[in-house]
Amino acid sequence: MSEYQLPAQFEEFTQARKEGFLRAKAVKESGGHIAGTFCTFTPCELMDAAGVHPVSLCGMSPEPIPAAEKDLPKNLCPLIKSSYGFAVSDTCPYTYFADLIVGETTCDGKKKMYELLGRLKDVYILQLPQGIDREYTLEMWTKELHRFKGVLEEKFQVAITDERLREASELRNQLRRARTALMELQKLDPPPFSGLDLYKLMDGLGFSFDLQDNLRKLTTLTAQLQSDYAAGARPVPAGQKRILVTGCPIGGVLEKTVKVVEENGGVVVCFENCGGIKPTRYLVDTQAEDIMAAIAERYLNIGCAVMTPNTKRMETLPQLVEEFNIDGILEIELQTCQPYIVERFEIKKLAQEMGVPFLALDTDYSQSDLGQLTTRIVAFIEML
Amino acid sequence: MYSIGVDIGSTCAKLAVVEDGETLVHQMVMPTGWNSGGAAQAIFDHLEQAGYRPGQSPCVATGYGRLNVPYAKKAVTEITCHARGGAFLFGSGPCVIIDIGGQDTKVIAVADGVVQDFLMNDKCSAGTGRFLEIMANTLCVDPGTLCELARSGSGVSISSMCTVFAESEVISLIGGGAAKEDIAYGVVDSIVNKVVSQYGSLSSAEGQCCLTGGLCESPYILESLSKKLGRPVISSPLARYAGAIGAALAAYQIKKD
Repeated sequence: MSEYQLPAQFEEFTQARKEGFLRAKAVKESGGHIAGTFCTFTPCELMDAAGVHPVSLCGMSPEPIPAAEKDLPKNLCPLIKSSYGFAVSDTCPYTYFADLIVGETTCDGKKKMYELLGRLKDVYILQLPQGIDREYTLEMWTKELHRFKGVLEEKFQVAITDERLREASELRNQLRRARTALMELQKLDPPPFSGLDLYKLMDGLGFSFDLQDNLRKLTTLTAQLQSDYAAGARPVPAGQKRILVTGCPIGGVLEKTVKVVEENGGVVVCFENCGGIKPTRYLVDTQAEDIMAAIAERYLNIGCAVMTPNTKRMETLPQLVEEFNIDGILEIELQTCQPYIVERFEIKKLAQEMGVPFLALDTDYSQSDLGQLTTRIVAFIEML
Repeated sequence: MYSIGVDIGSTCAKLAVVEDGETLVHQMVMPTGWNSGGAAQAIFDHLEQAGYRPGQSPCVATGYGRLNVPYAKKAVTEITCHARGGAFLFGSGPCVIIDIGGQDTKVIAVADGVVQDFLMNDKCSAGTGRFLEIMANTLCVDPGTLCELARSGSGVSISSMCTVFAESEVISLIGGGAAKEDIAYGVVDSIVNKVVSQYGSLSSAEGQCCLTGGLCESPYILESLSKKLGRPVISSPLARYAGAIGAALAAYQIKKD
């Protein structure tokens, strides 16, 4: 058994962060491996099948940004800066203990940040195809997954068999179904959950290494909420405006966006972003003859703005507006996120065609725009 | 019945008293100063002296200091209030409200006094009343004079999108010997262009175009806006009270419901 060192400034960390470090250290000391990921495109089935624990490294805190800005420009996505800052400052347990960091060629900012991260850690970048309408896209992505499989097998000295891939896909499918089921409870009017609590809960699950435990937690919670609701519990008052949030991952800006919505007469019932429903509805065909191709196919359904054309998002949004009975669409983007901010033109047009009021916000992890964001959000809810 | 609207803006605090949701019977404007709570208190005292029992009449607060008005029953955003106040002043059909405020410039598409769509400037203060004020200070004139000086100027454009950088740009123009009128022209042009770009992003822009806020009495601002937007922009000396009037109407509505 190997001994693992904690970072030098460990004693200065908060209790929650210390616990994260100790849990990650325990995984490593019991012979486990950790792979840091940044994206919903990361094929976690392959890592599961290799016995490696994937964990999200997306930075949600402004705290490590000054450390990142020594190497990165100020005028960059806060998520990219925060993620990189955690790595250079040894303050994120999962980055610190990651045996491998897996990135994809998604947005340019991330892609180039991964290269810099490669100076500090073992980084592997998958080449995600973005011309989603090409006939060879699936073939190309499947090849990329095969290449990645080879890298995992060699690095961790394991054989990733089809059988293990099918098992891993089955468990991931169950988890996705459970997440979807929980999120779809928000179709109820009034919903059984505040959007803020829902998003935090879903984000939190990404830091647990025990997938079976996650599955149990999700199913128990869904059943509990259903029975409480049937018994008359209404934690969210009736008559709140039902908001759909779309756009970037927003774990780092929840308090100044979603919380403001929910303190001023709205409730977020649906998140069409990678922390919400965007990636969960598509499953792997575990019975497919070629399981690698089936896994690859599943990921190409994700309607991220890095895809061109991003038809999936345009198809999904009207369905979600209908299913969740949406009063207003709130697009929340992180500053300088070109793919999503440019795609706004189409989303705004789509909202107009549907006759659903639309508000777009660009923000970062600082508190400097709190007043103006609040005025916009409250005015938006007042007009619904 | 009287209803009261208090609009605590970043530069000026405005008061409007409306009778039966129909007639504007009293209005007042004062500098907000450093403390929005203090401005709210001064308005309270003024109301008492004028005989409008602020503790008892329904009152709504708006503007950036809207949460610091303890005697208001409710806070409503300035976007909603300018829409309502605009409809009160300029008629209830569809219209576009342009409000050049102290720290925010907004364009609001309105129909029947209800907001249909709106845009606000980003974090920075370029294109707002504050921008104009800072540039006027640099030129040692008051903002009203700057707007009228601009009429006889030409040829200068201020390209910085940040107030601080724009101020340096103005200082170098002064250093380079540019005429005051020409610099004033550049300043107003930059504000008007900012409004025009926001206006262009509105999803609908039907009906009359109306300017509210502190620049409502500047003929040159109205002319330049009309020219650049390619449609007439109207205003009224009462348009600086649009937010406060909208708040008073919202207060009346609350009482009625």
